Amino acid sequence: MIENLILQGFQVLLVLVVAPALVGIVRLVKARMLGRRGPGLFQPYRDLNRLLHKEVVIAHNASWLFHVVPYIVFSSIWVAAALVPTYAVGLIFSWSADIIVIIGLLGTARFFLALAGLDIGTAFGGIGTSREMMIASLAEPAMLMIVFTLSLLAQSTQLSSIAHHIMTVDVGLRVSSGLAFLGLIMVAIAENGRIPVDNPDTHLELTMVHEAMILEYSGRHLALIELASALKLTLYLSMLACLFMPWGMADGQMTPLPLAIGVGTYLLKLGFGGVALGLFEVTIAKMRVFRVSDYLNFALMLGLLAALLLFVSRSF
Amino acid sequence: MVLSTVLLLILPLLLAVPLVVPLAGRRWAGPALYGLSFLVCVSLLVLAVAALIAAGQGGVQGGAHLITLPIGIPWIGANFRLDGLSAFFLIVVNLGGAGASLFAIDYGRHEQAPHRVLPFYPLFLAAMNLVVLANDAFVFVFSWELMSVASWFLVVAHHRDPDNRRAGLVYLVMAVLSTQLLIIAYALLSDFGAHLDFETLRLLKPSPLVARMVVVAAVLGAGAKAGLVPLHVWLPLAHPAAPSHVSALMSGVMTKVAIYGLVRILFELNGPPEWQWGAGILALGGVTAVMGVLYALMQHDLKCLLAYHTVENIGIIAIGIGLALAFMANGLGLGAALALTAALFHVLNHSLFKSLLFLGAGAVQTATGERDLEKLGGLIRGMPLTAFCFLIGSAAISALPPLNGFVSEWLVLQAILISPEMPQWSLKFLVPLVGAGLALSAALAAACFVKAFGIAFLGRPRSKAAELAVEGGRFALVAMFALVGACVLAGVLPGFVVDALAPVVDGLVGARLPDQASQPWLTLVATTPERSSYNGLILILFIGLSSSFTAFGIHRLASRRTRAAPAWGCGYPYSSPVTQYSAGSLVQPIRRVFASVVFGATEIVDMPRPGELRPARIELSLNDPVWTMIYWPVVAVVHGAAGFVNRLRDLSIRQYLSLVYAVLILLLVVLALWQ
Amino acid sequence: MPHLHGLAFDVAHMLAGGMVTVSFMLLFQDRLFALIQFISLHAFVLALALGWQALMQNAEHLYATAALALLFKALLIPLALRRLVRRLHIERSVEPVVGVGVTMLFGICLMGLSIVVTLPLAVKSPLMWEDLSFALAVVMLGLLIMITRRNPVGQIIGLLSLDNGIMLAAAGARGMPFLIELSIAFSALMALIVFGVSLTHIAKILDTVDVQTLDRFRGDA
Repeated sequence: MIENLILQGFQVLLVLVVAPALVGIVRLVKARMLGRRGPGLFQPYRDLNRLLHKEVVIAHNASWLFHVVPYIVFSSIWVAAALVPTYAVGLIFSWSADIIVIIGLLGTARFFLALAGLDIGTAFGGIGTSREMMIASLAEPAMLMIVFTLSLLAQSTQLSSIAHHIMTVDVGLRVSSGLAFLGLIMVAIAENGRIPVDNPDTHLELTMVHEAMILEYSGRHLALIELASALKLTLYLSMLACLFMPWGMADGQMTPLPLAIGVGTYLLKLGFGGVALGLFEVTIAKMRVFRVSDYLNFALMLGLLAALLLFVSRSF
Repeated sequence: MVLSTVLLLILPLLLAVPLVVPLAGRRWAGPALYGLSFLVCVSLLVLAVAALIAAGQGGVQGGAHLITLPIGIPWIGANFRLDGLSAFFLIVVNLGGAGASLFAIDYGRHEQAPHRVLPFYPLFLAAMNLVVLANDAFVFVFSWELMSVASWFLVVAHHRDPDNRRAGLVYLVMAVLSTQLLIIAYALLSDFGAHLDFETLRLLKPSPLVARMVVVAAVLGAGAKAGLVPLHVWLPLAHPAAPSHVSALMSGVMTKVAIYGLVRILFELNGPPEWQWGAGILALGGVTAVMGVLYALMQHDLKCLLAYHTVENIGIIAIGIGLALAFMANGLGLGAALALTAALFHVLNHSLFKSLLFLGAGAVQTATGERDLEKLGGLIRGMPLTAFCFLIGSAAISALPPLNGFVSEWLVLQAILISPEMPQWSLKFLVPLVGAGLALSAALAAACFVKAFGIAFLGRPRSKAAELAVEGGRFALVAMFALVGACVLAGVLPGFVVDALAPVVDGLVGARLPDQASQPWLTLVATTPERSSYNGLILILFIGLSSSFTAFGIHRLASRRTRAAPAWGCGYPYSSPVTQYSAGSLVQPIRRVFASVVFGATEIVDMPRPGELRPARIELSLNDPVWTMIYWPVVAVVHGAAGFVNRLRDLSIRQYLSLVYAVLILLLVVLALWQ
Repeated sequence: MPHLHGLAFDVAHMLAGGMVTVSFMLLFQDRLFALIQFISLHAFVLALALGWQALMQNAEHLYATAALALLFKALLIPLALRRLVRRLHIERSVEPVVGVGVTMLFGICLMGLSIVVTLPLAVKSPLMWEDLSFALAVVMLGLLIMITRRNPVGQIIGLLSLDNGIMLAAAGARGMPFLIELSIAFSALMALIVFGVSLTHIAKILDTVDVQTLDRFRGDA
């Protein structure tokens, strides 16, 4: 029991510790690809530390909601990230949330952040909220179709069960898993506000979505929101790793060797994901806001197609 | 014993109707009547909970109480029955009734026309209670019609407003249509009135053809009351027209009574289901869910938005019912139990948060005199407690964990995920599409309530009235906080609700979900723990703990300094409140993506050239496809027919007589041919 | 048809499913050069599918078909199209007639329809059912691409993907004479040449290649 709690606690801290490094990797890769030296892997940690020690500047008319939203957003994303299997499957609390609940928790965070965007009553907050809710409403059906496909494949919506299923049962070559993988990547890019949907590095009003919502935040509040978005990126990469390449995760026996392998492979996967994301972002241009609907419709279509193809190959 | 007590408790509500008419003008009449209604509702609630628990312990038959009163149709009397399903809906009715009555003790003081509201309020409550207790077709239809008439009077209470008069007309037409269709359904079921009482009907098995006709009539009849697209047109007109506590009842409770009628007929009285019924209801539900929330997004009137949003939730409930019928027809008991549990759970949830939100809207209307979102804003400063309640209601209705709306949507999604077990290919294709529609409607609902809460309560006030708003009375706040508590409890401890629903579901589909109370950590399990599980309690604990630790740690170890300053806004100076995002502009991207297809939304932007002095204009036109494609053509046909019949007015006596004579002969010929 | 099992079947399924997916990508894409790249990919997957079938069925003539598909459809025709686009200065983005979202939803419905239409086969031979339903879907999607594009190059690409669908069906249905396959392949080539020649003329005369502008010159008015 104690041992299980320690393992779960380790994951809770692990995601929190590696999340800024992941952002650091992406930035580093992008900088190198653009011919700059880049700020180094640990700059996000220094940034967070600096923000945490600064004073908070808040608009005169901010309400109580504005003060609590950073904490709600941060803790719900943290809880969600801690419940996605990373280095081991079947941790003690992994059963309290299946993949739909994880999506729901991210939805809770988004709901409150969107409200915070409206609280001060400036035009920028509104533009961010408005676009964020549009993107979310397009991403969610696509996500559900991917979940549908996965649950057809593995007969479960528990992330642990799906990972276990893929590691132990010979699932064969399925075009559907490929489609679901591609669809999930597309949704993940949109949900995390990465290029080509949104650009996390700009403060140009015509292009920003997420950055516009949080424009009024500063100091420790901003630090929490930045950390939360790093955690969200970590969460999606962990989810991709756990659902489509779970190899190396500790399963069953929680002895030191499998656990060490699990942690090692998890870090490798994250690093690989970060590098891939950085490479992808420097090779593509941001799209117009109203092209996002076509982009996410394509993800939805991939999900539907995956389910259809699976129906056919499953029926005998 | 329980049933007779229940009926005795309903009696004072009926007796209050004539008593209150001469007294309605007095200052104390309103609070006294609403206080009485509150007490009656709470007692009924307690009895209903006891009955539901008894139904769980004594099995389905053991828990059912029957009573026949010597009124109504002479040879069968008036039959009443209290079983698990009735008890559950009795809870829904009286939970909403108690909340609305308590709220109205304060809210009723601001009523301008109490004599047009007070007599019909208890009648409305009593009629809804009687519908769910009825055990023969006559009592059912009679109470149903009583419910319609009472609510119609409440809708037209403020009849000087032409919009309300139009709402009243549309509502009347649709209510009559709904009752007619239900009468047809019961006529078919009861072999044209041969067996009116439900106990006999339960034993009869109608032929497949009759059963299908009953399904069509019942779905349309009850669906018109519940608000299934395309029969929803009256709902967003009528619900906001009534006083807010009545709107809460109509949206939160009366639509659920309609769902009760549907469930009673489809699962119990109409014999074993066929999968086509399920497919039809499923498709209708999917369309209703997506259309309902899209309509809601386009509204700028707070109460209209809430009313349209009821349509979406009815769609979700219909999806659950349709899935349950399809599973049942295929002999998949567990799936049917899951889908029906999800639908009934959503019935309870929606009655909670929709009542809460309507009460919140009522509080806003009392405080500011405004329902238009474009004139609100910043209310969170003047009304922090109401804002908190409305926020929780909004989060719950947007299906966000760990609140109750999420649980029922999660259950529906779980039912959708096991649907590929059904062999029919059309269902295999239909259900994933409906699932995607459900996900879309959940995400759009979140957008809709970001708009409703964000524009009304956050930002800077857009009018003087919004700036000066203060909290309403104490009773109103207590009512709202009680509903908030119920929303959180049902979300965090859903296992108890599912367990309480188990005997009801078992009685209808013959299967039940795994026992939730015995799961470790009070986890909610849909089918098997390996497949899916959810624990709201752990989530809320984790979120609470981690956010308080974070806040504590940061304030202790890092920095707790705060400085107030003008808003940053990328350096633009602090400008007029009208530069904020408005209700219309907030949903503009969504409108552009979805509504241009569905509603044919077009924007005409008229931008003057530099130097011109006229203002820039943007004109938006929306086109409701349901009205243009269905209702206006029907109206045109009726008008044409009426014009034709008009010509018959100027006939002579002899011609009238020959007309009557011709009809008589025609009827005789029909009779001759019939035999 | 020999029964494929395990890996053999999985690969066949993946390749056929891959073709459907690429068809959807064609439907989604609205830039000409990307379209041409995707049609090349489409033909490449077709060649792989044909080759795999040849290996599994031990049918030599299918190797020849695969080689033909690879040579003509994956390499030569896309190259020719690319040159055509460059030389005629056709607008690079293809304006679809209706929105992408609606088209894709319609495409998914077509996919469902082809699965259901070929359902009677499922009882006899599930493998043939899968093969034929995917092939039918590719053909239907090809037609859809043709009718939703105004640009003639887009229409040619629709025709080519349709043709690929027919070849896929032929690969699954054993005993399709080699000669017929060959003639189908060459018919596509001839169509391309006709298209190319007429396009060059139209572009010379009218300065545009938008098919809608041709409506004004119809003789039957």
